[in-house]
Amino acid sequence: MIECHDIVKTYVNGPTSTTVLKGASFTIKDGEFVAIMGPSGSGKSTLMNIIGALDSPTSGRYALDGHDVSKLSDDELADIRMRKIGFVFQSFNLLRRATVLRNVLLPLVYAEVEGKERARRARQALLDAGLPEKWHLNKSNEISGGQMQRVAIARALVNDPSLILADEPTGNLDSKTGEIVLHTFQKLNREQGRTIVLITHELYVAEHADRIIHIKDGEILSDARNANKRLVDDIHEDV
Amino acid sequence: MKTFDLLQETYWALLSNKARSGLTVLGIVIGIGSVIAMIAIGQGAQSSIQANIQSLGANLIIVYPGAQRGPGVTISAGRGSAQSLKMSDAEAIALLPDAKAVSPEVTTRSQVTAKGTNTNTSVLGVTPAYPDARNVEVDQGAWFTEVQQKSLAKVAVIGPTVRDDLFGEGADPIGQTIRIKGTEFKVIGMTKTKGGSGFNNQDDQVFIPITVAQRYLTGNDYVSDIAVQAPDAASMTALQESVTALLLQRHDIADPASADFSTMNMADIVAAASSVTGTFTLLLGSVAGISLLVGGIGIMNMMLTTVTERTREIGLRKAIGAKRREISLQFLAESVALTFLGGFLGILLGWAISGAVSKFGGIASSVSPGAVLLAFGVSAGIGVVFGYWPARRAAGLNPIEALRYE
Repeated sequence: MIECHDIVKTYVNGPTSTTVLKGASFTIKDGEFVAIMGPSGSGKSTLMNIIGALDSPTSGRYALDGHDVSKLSDDELADIRMRKIGFVFQSFNLLRRATVLRNVLLPLVYAEVEGKERARRARQALLDAGLPEKWHLNKSNEISGGQMQRVAIARALVNDPSLILADEPTGNLDSKTGEIVLHTFQKLNREQGRTIVLITHELYVAEHADRIIHIKDGEILSDARNANKRLVDDIHEDV
Repeated sequence: MKTFDLLQETYWALLSNKARSGLTVLGIVIGIGSVIAMIAIGQGAQSSIQANIQSLGANLIIVYPGAQRGPGVTISAGRGSAQSLKMSDAEAIALLPDAKAVSPEVTTRSQVTAKGTNTNTSVLGVTPAYPDARNVEVDQGAWFTEVQQKSLAKVAVIGPTVRDDLFGEGADPIGQTIRIKGTEFKVIGMTKTKGGSGFNNQDDQVFIPITVAQRYLTGNDYVSDIAVQAPDAASMTALQESVTALLLQRHDIADPASADFSTMNMADIVAAASSVTGTFTLLLGSVAGISLLVGGIGIMNMMLTTVTERTREIGLRKAIGAKRREISLQFLAESVALTFLGGFLGILLGWAISGAVSKFGGIASSVSPGAVLLAFGVSAGIGVVFGYWPARRAAGLNPIEALRYE
């Protein structure tokens, strides 16, 4: 459950200050698949940073699962991220020389999960993200882009977070692979009831979600159910 | 993050950049290795010089004829040329309660011949107290006795080098006859080898009774020096003072500054030599220390590069929940691991170098456990000191900017 109430973010740079978010308010319930859409410079990245507990709002209240996280210290935010949020980035951000499995394990290292339990959960997360066992011990730079993004999704899943936050997850992929990744999100949302927030500037990508929040110049333009949700069939499952 | 995970992350991080890690470690290896080797050589030189001086006799005070000389520097050319000390002085000193052994000697240099061979060597007229006072041990045969000295027996104890020169290596010299300045002496003993070389070769000496030396070689009653042995190191200063007072009184000299003899305390010589070798060790050590410092700067350089290169990784780690302390520990662990490994290899290298130097260069060296511990501590310390700033920089990165870093 995400509650944003009148979120304002102002960056002060010397004498000039820029207000990037001008009072955004919305609520995302557990199990929702929401796309936050807007052109570059709209403030959507800033919003994502705040929802992802990477940054604190200048004013306003942001609560995650009922806890106010808008005024926490750096280390407290890190703790929230570790326990409640899984990130998927445009550029995957995998450890290059490490194996697929080790990349997925990484959040569990910081969560101090036991070694055996770690491997078990990492394998399960990889299967949930649609990467079969035979790839688990490959180096993460020896696999395709689509597979890399699945590894990143598995890494986001592994600590069983309240929220998966995907920032332009298809931006570095060709359209076919992108669809498969979007399908993975839909499947996780449908079958496991994962809460997913997708940040994108493309309407086409946003239309894979159930609800679309339009944002422009730091303000929410519209927030509505997505009437024509695009469904990806299970046919091109194999990456 | 658990300690085991920290070690594992460190291992992976260092392994993923083998060449750079290796070169950085090499800097520390050379630094630590040279510190260890230099200190080992310095300390080895120090202990061998001290052992050399000690082998001349422990707790000795040596009285020379002639004016006062500064301690530490002895110029042998003029030694014994002044004639102001007599046998009676030595006998008087022997009556002092603190004098454990008194050994006057007459030093000459002369040609010594045997059957068809000859050598130019030091001929020392000494007393039966000489072996005790001067740490000389008899290897074969025996030292001459009080009776032999009094009866002017023409007997000689020779050093191993003299034996080699006159009779050949390994030959039994006991009972042989040698000639010194036309006088025949019977060899009754040979000293144990002490080492040393050049002018200071303690094996290249012939000892005869002092009475015989005065009668047949110098023709007078003067002695070249008197060695007085104190019972222990603590009583040396007191003994030196009482010897000085006694001789001043015997020689009728009121002003100590115009004394016609001088005394030298072995402890002073050891102290002077130690301070010289100590300075030498410090000098070598600090030169090596500079290379260690350069190695440390190499570590810092590498860690800063690594932090910059891995900015996105740091951003990711922070995004998935790493705290400042965990990031900073990770980078500190990497630099400490590098210096630790470098320290360990450096100690081995230093050991090998000092071993090789003593084996092939003939310079004594000793790797002390203290130096090894110090090197280990210093190398780990360098890891912390030079890794601290890069680690802090990494920990302080803003995750948003770090993730966006290209």
